[in-house]
This record gives sequence, structure tokens and C-alpha cells, in this order.
Amino acid sequence: MNITNNYSIAELENIAGQVRRDIVRMVHGCQSGHPGGSLGCTDFLVALYFRIMKHDASFNMNGNGEDLFFLSNGHISPVFYSVLARSGYFDVSELATFRKLNSRLQGHPTTHEHLPGVRMSSGSLGQGLSVAIGAALTKKRLGDNSLVFSLHGDGELQEGQIWEAALFAPAKKVDNLIMTIDVNGQQIDGSTEQVLSLGDLRAKWAAFGWDVLEANGNNMDELVTTLEFAKTRTGQGKPIALLMKTNMGHGVSFMMGTHKWHGTAPNDAQTEQALSELSSTLQDY
Amino acid sequence: MKKYTYTESKDTRSGFGAGLLEAGRKNPNVVALCADLIGSLKMEAFIKEFPERFTQVGIAEANMMGIAAGMTIGGSIPFTGTFANFSTGRVYDQIRQSIAYSNKNVKICASHAGLTLGEDGATHQILEDIGLMKMLPGMTVINPCDYNQTKAATEAIAEYEGPVYLRFGRPVVPIFTAPDQKFEIGKAWMVNEGADVSIFATGHLVWEAIQAGEQLAEMGIDAEIINIHTIKPLDEEAVLKSVAKTRCVVSAEEHNRLGGLGDSIAQLLITHDPVPMRYVAVNDSFGESGKPAELMKKYGLDAAHIVKAAQKVLQLKKQRAGTAAFV
Repeated sequence: MNITNNYSIAELENIAGQVRRDIVRMVHGCQSGHPGGSLGCTDFLVALYFRIMKHDASFNMNGNGEDLFFLSNGHISPVFYSVLARSGYFDVSELATFRKLNSRLQGHPTTHEHLPGVRMSSGSLGQGLSVAIGAALTKKRLGDNSLVFSLHGDGELQEGQIWEAALFAPAKKVDNLIMTIDVNGQQIDGSTEQVLSLGDLRAKWAAFGWDVLEANGNNMDELVTTLEFAKTRTGQGKPIALLMKTNMGHGVSFMMGTHKWHGTAPNDAQTEQALSELSSTLQDY
Repeated sequence: MKKYTYTESKDTRSGFGAGLLEAGRKNPNVVALCADLIGSLKMEAFIKEFPERFTQVGIAEANMMGIAAGMTIGGSIPFTGTFANFSTGRVYDQIRQSIAYSNKNVKICASHAGLTLGEDGATHQILEDIGLMKMLPGMTVINPCDYNQTKAATEAIAEYEGPVYLRFGRPVVPIFTAPDQKFEIGKAWMVNEGADVSIFATGHLVWEAIQAGEQLAEMGIDAEIINIHTIKPLDEEAVLKSVAKTRCVVSAEEHNRLGGLGDSIAQLLITHDPVPMRYVAVNDSFGESGKPAELMKKYGLDAAHIVKAAQKVLQLKKQRAGTAAFV
């Protein structure tokens, strides 16, 4: 069954609210995981899976004829798992097993446990862009006109493999690829500016030959419009780079705008406060 | 001792090139990638016949491994080509996460393995690659011994679903296996049946083991020589069956003694049937520049060293038998 993506902006925002509740509850449930980046990228993943991508929740690994998504910054697995469950890849009740023994929902996403929706293991950073390029090349070879999407952290751009891939994709005209970078300016040890400045990202990606777009990743309307525009830019000889500005921890007041919630779980009281800020729009798992 | 002769010598990497072309003809999903070493990997024939199925990645091996992993999604069967050093150590984490842990159908094809790369020296002579690759769960590790076996192995891995490390070399070496052989992954090849000592050899050391077997025969020693082309999964049945008969073992490989074929055999024997054993392998050191034959001699990997090791384990076997009789 192909999911038809006719959700309105308001409906997408409602789904995003529920996904944020899932993230907080999952991370609280196992007292580990990465809520900050997950909350920041919630709107993006909801937009992809409920509006932008043509995909099939009955899931087969090859995904021929479908748009594919690769999560390169695998530590934001809570948002990925919630969106996969909420779009029908597996039952939402399984979200309760996140990071627990014998779970398919490993700390970082893996194909090893055969969780529907996951096509590549990620966690060790910097590998997903190469993988996305590979999948895009197979689509081209097979004459499959669907697209490949990938998501990367901005801190992740400090990995050298990213720049090998950055050089490759425009040189080989991999123009069925839309890569998004979560520009939240934060990483484990502090801001990206303090840790290792990324400089002018737009100029860097443009100089490598990418078609560079920008969007506010926490404004659903702007995000959907930009992603739909990005799709129209494919097939023109250049890969697309979307620099997506987000707030780490978006939607939970005390988690926003700081690297402190990169990999920390909220306690009971903090969880209660966070959930009071997020309305349950579907049903909690 | 069964007689092995040869009329022709070729490099095993040319066997890979020929096998890749055949695999490409048999299956349209076979694709190839290279990191700026087309000539060294002998990939020209494949590229000429299937230009649209070849990807030149440039000098970016990490990216090549990731691209290959991604290509499998949709059904491609990618063969990556570069030197063994850059196929393993340089890209270990990419292989570990994106290929092995993700169980992707990538064939990592590695030339210029070991000391016989020669003059380029230790930076390029990886002697740790078998160990690195066999430690990855789910990885198949194959080190064929001549041109014909490498060609057959290349065709066989295209038909096998799962990640494979295929290791071969640079120098021209005798061709002594059959051109029409059927290569069975994980199935050892009995080179010579014997009763006195088991010699388990892989890669370029198989020919050295045959030379050693002939020298041992002249001394009245009947060596059993078995070619372990697939280091993982190890043909445990073949090893144990041979050892049950001979009661002493020599392993031979162009690799560090730590982590290679010898360790796999020792681990099996220590559990099931401990017998005297010696390794013919590099003694935990880096290589150096030189001619392949000079290096094999200096680092203890030639027929003479196999003979010496066989004599040693035979002596230990005798001592042990004496002790047992005394007790």
C-alpha cells in the first residue's frame, strides 16, 4: 500500500506534536537516548513521511519505485522510530521497547534486527551520504525515477567521509538526491562554533557544486514548501543540499537552544513538564 | 606426493579481472567500483564491456565502501576494487557499520595483499587484513591461491548473498589448479593426501606448501596438503579429519601470525583436538621494500620454512607419543 500524502499543514503539525510526545516518553522510558536533535528534526521527518515521500509501509529492503530515506545521524533514532511507527511500518506499542534488551529499536538504527523501515545501520557518523549516493546510483541504473533523501547533523560534517561524498555527487551528477543538514549549531561538547567552526556552509556546498536551498526546519509550512520545491530541482544535473535551521529540543521549552539535551534523558518531573507542553493529538503508545 | 606442474604463470589479480567480467556477463546486477586503481585491479575488461555498470570513485575509499553498501539497496551486487590495505584498515568502520552490521551484499575485492606487493614497502603491505575481516560477524573471507582459483572464486561470490572479503595479490605466480574448477565457498581443497603431517595453506603459500611437500617426500615424510581458500567460514570438518589422521599441523599464510588462518585452525584444535602445531606466518612485524621472493624468504614464508616447521611438529608428535607410551 502506497501512502498517499495529502495531509494538510495543520494535520502535519498535529502529528509532529504526537511524535514529540513519543520522543520524550521513549527517552524517559529507558533513561537514555538523544532527545535534543530528535525534537529539532521532528517537523522534517513528519513532513517527509506524511507528505513529501512516496513510500510503502509494507516495506521491502530494495524499495524499487519508492522514495528512500537514510538517517545518517543515527543517534536521533527516537524521532525516526516514532515516525516509522506512526506511518504504519510497525505497531506504535513497540516504541516502549526503545533501547531495552531484546528490542528491534536499538539505540542507533540497524537492519540487524529487521525493523521495517530501516535500510541501513547508522550511528558511527559521516557514512550516510555515501550510502544515499549509492542507493541513488542504483535507482539511476535501473531507470527508477523515485528519489533518495538523507539527513545529517551539522556536527557530523566534521567527518571527512562527508566531504569525499560531497565531492563525488556533483561530479557524477547524482541529481536524484536531496540531502538535508540539520543546522542546529550544537554538538556534544558545545556549539559547533566553539568545537570546530563549520564556516559558511552555503558557500561550501555551493562551491562543491550542490544546488543549495535553505529553510526553517521548525516551520512546517516553510519546510513543506521548500521540500516540494527541492523535488522540482531534481533531475537537473545537481544534487540538492537543504540547509535546515532548527532549534535543538524544539517544542520543549527547557530543552531548546542548548547542547545539554543532546544525549540526556529527562527525569520524572522534567518529563511531566515536557509532556504538559506537548498536546497528545493521536494516542500515546 | 601428487605431482603438480605448471606451464603458465599469472597474477591472481588477473584472475579477479577475468572472473569479474564473467560474473558481469552472467548477472546484469553485478556492478564494479574502483578508487583510482583500475589497471592494478585488472578491471579494464569489465569496464570496456559494461561502462554503465562501473563507477570510478576517485581516491576516496571510505566513500566507495558507503556507496557500495547503498547500491545494494535496489538490487545491485557491487564489487569494490582497491589494494588490500585500503580495502580493510583504511575503511574498517565503514565496512563494519554499513556493510557487515547492515548485512549488505558487497564484495570487497582486495589486491596487493601481503609482502609480495614488494617494492612499495610496509605502508602498502597489509598483513593484518584477514584478521580484521574475519572478526566481523557475517563476513566471508576468501584468499585464493592462483589465477584459476581466483577467477572461480570471483564468479562464485557473485552468486552468494552476503558480504565477502576476497583477497588476492600482485605477483605473477604458477597456475596449478584446474581452469574449469567449481569453487565452493567454505570447502577446503585436498591438494595432496598424506599421513604424517597436515599442512594447511592459503593464498600464495599453497604453491610453497606443494614445494615443501615434495622436499618432505624426499625425506620420506608423507605430508597432507590442504588448501584453505576460505578462511571464514572455516572448513572445520576437513581440518579435524586431517588432524585425526596426521596428529600434527603446520599452517601457512602470507599474513601476521596474529589473527590469521593459523589462529582460526589453532582455535578449532584447542577446542576439539589439541595436537602439536607451528605457524608459517609473519612474526608480528611490518614488511619492507624488496623483491617478493626475497621478502618471502626473509620473513619466513617460503617452502624451506614450511619444511622446517613440519619437521618440528613431527618431532613434537614423536615426543608426545613417547611420553604417552611411558605413562
